Amino acid sequence: MNAFWTLVGRDIRLAVREGGALGTALGFFLIVVAMMPLGLGPDLNLLSRIAPGILWIALLLAALLSLGRIFETDYEDGTLDVFATASLPLELVAAAKALAHWLTTGIPLALLAPVLGVLLNLDVKTYPVLMATMLVGTPAVSFLGAIGAALTVKARRGGLLLALIVLPLYVPTLIFGISVISASAGPSGVGSSFLILMAISLISIALGPLAAAAALRIQLQ
Amino acid sequence: MHRKTEAGVNIGRRPCAVVPPGGWPRRLPPPFNPCFHEPAIVKLVAENLVVDRGGRTILDGLSLAAIGGEALLLTGPNGAGKTTLLRTLAGFLPQVSGTIRFEGGDADKTIAEQAHVVGHGNGVKANLTVHENLLFWAAFLETEAAAERVRTALTHFGLDALDHYPAAYLSAGQKRRLGLARLLVAHRPLWFLDEPTMSLDTASTTRLAVAIDAHTAGGGLVLAATHLPLGLARARTFDLPSALPGFRTTAAEARL
Repeated sequence: MNAFWTLVGRDIRLAVREGGALGTALGFFLIVVAMMPLGLGPDLNLLSRIAPGILWIALLLAALLSLGRIFETDYEDGTLDVFATASLPLELVAAAKALAHWLTTGIPLALLAPVLGVLLNLDVKTYPVLMATMLVGTPAVSFLGAIGAALTVKARRGGLLLALIVLPLYVPTLIFGISVISASAGPSGVGSSFLILMAISLISIALGPLAAAAALRIQLQ
Repeated sequence: MHRKTEAGVNIGRRPCAVVPPGGWPRRLPPPFNPCFHEPAIVKLVAENLVVDRGGRTILDGLSLAAIGGEALLLTGPNGAGKTTLLRTLAGFLPQVSGTIRFEGGDADKTIAEQAHVVGHGNGVKANLTVHENLLFWAAFLETEAAAERVRTALTHFGLDALDHYPAAYLSAGQKRRLGLARLLVAHRPLWFLDEPTMSLDTASTTRLAVAIDAHTAGGGLVLAATHLPLGLARARTFDLPSALPGFRTTAAEARL
């Protein structure tokens, strides 16, 4: 397992040093959310009603921007070949890289969301719920995204293809992420939706690396 | 005592006279350890290998055997299938038919797990320093005494002075040397080198040859696709004929 944490550590260090990728994702998140009130007009009731949906969709799109990075540079500089010769299985390599992506992209985006909620007149009482759903839901974003990233690693300018592959997979996360927030205002509480959101993330963590590793083995050819 | 083959490889084992309960500690070096075993002779055998790429047969019924202690230099015209052969032997490419066996290695591991593969890419991260790059590979490939080995590898490939320099600012040749230094940070019996001398200067090519000679002297096996003779001590050449007529340059064409 040392090799696993070494790889996670290296990816975090690279993400911090490169900086650009996280900055782009956060900047994109900010811009998309900031443009919404400009497009929809200053109807505060409307904005606060659709705020959770806008924040979640913008978060998914922002995360999508940085997904390509997960395997692309490693493929280009030959690092992937060396990963394939390690005693660490390729499944765990994919898991380590997805985990590093979550730590460097998913968490910062989730933490930025409440700040952007202010722009959309989001009810202050829903901030904790919003952040909780995003922190619990974003592992699915990274681990499902790793599948798409592994599949499109050889495709030059595969960004759009990546979006087409990955966005449909995000639908369950989006649905239950939003339903937790709307349920939090109702009488029944957040219970079941929140558990389903967690389950989606756990399934993604378990199955995503398997699929990503299978795709990477094909890319090695 | 050790018998020697023509190639100078130790074969046979020192007889074990006294064995304490639980055996001798394996790490003890030979003079103190009467039971020190030479590593088993490794052997890579490929039989009747057929490999397709993009719907064309690149390797058609190729057979080869390479024994630990020698460097097998794969030569052949561009497109003859040198890279394809190396990647197939490493297990990255599936073969249509034929078998690949690696004898004398760790039976629990795949060939790839017992091999270093240096392809066209160097596996060097631009945003890490030279030292960090190698230290990562040492840790990732689970080496013991990583710091020491990294130091030795850097010295061997003349990267000492560039130690704390970000790899982004290295020249192509220096990056190649850093990529090759990975060979020395973790011990693997098999080395697959694809055009290892790419963008290396003469001095660095000699350093590489010294590293290859040291590896084969220790019973290791090196397969290298290369166009240069390298000046190795224990090398054999395996010429891949071009499988595709279109890629073969005939004598008549060469004169034009």
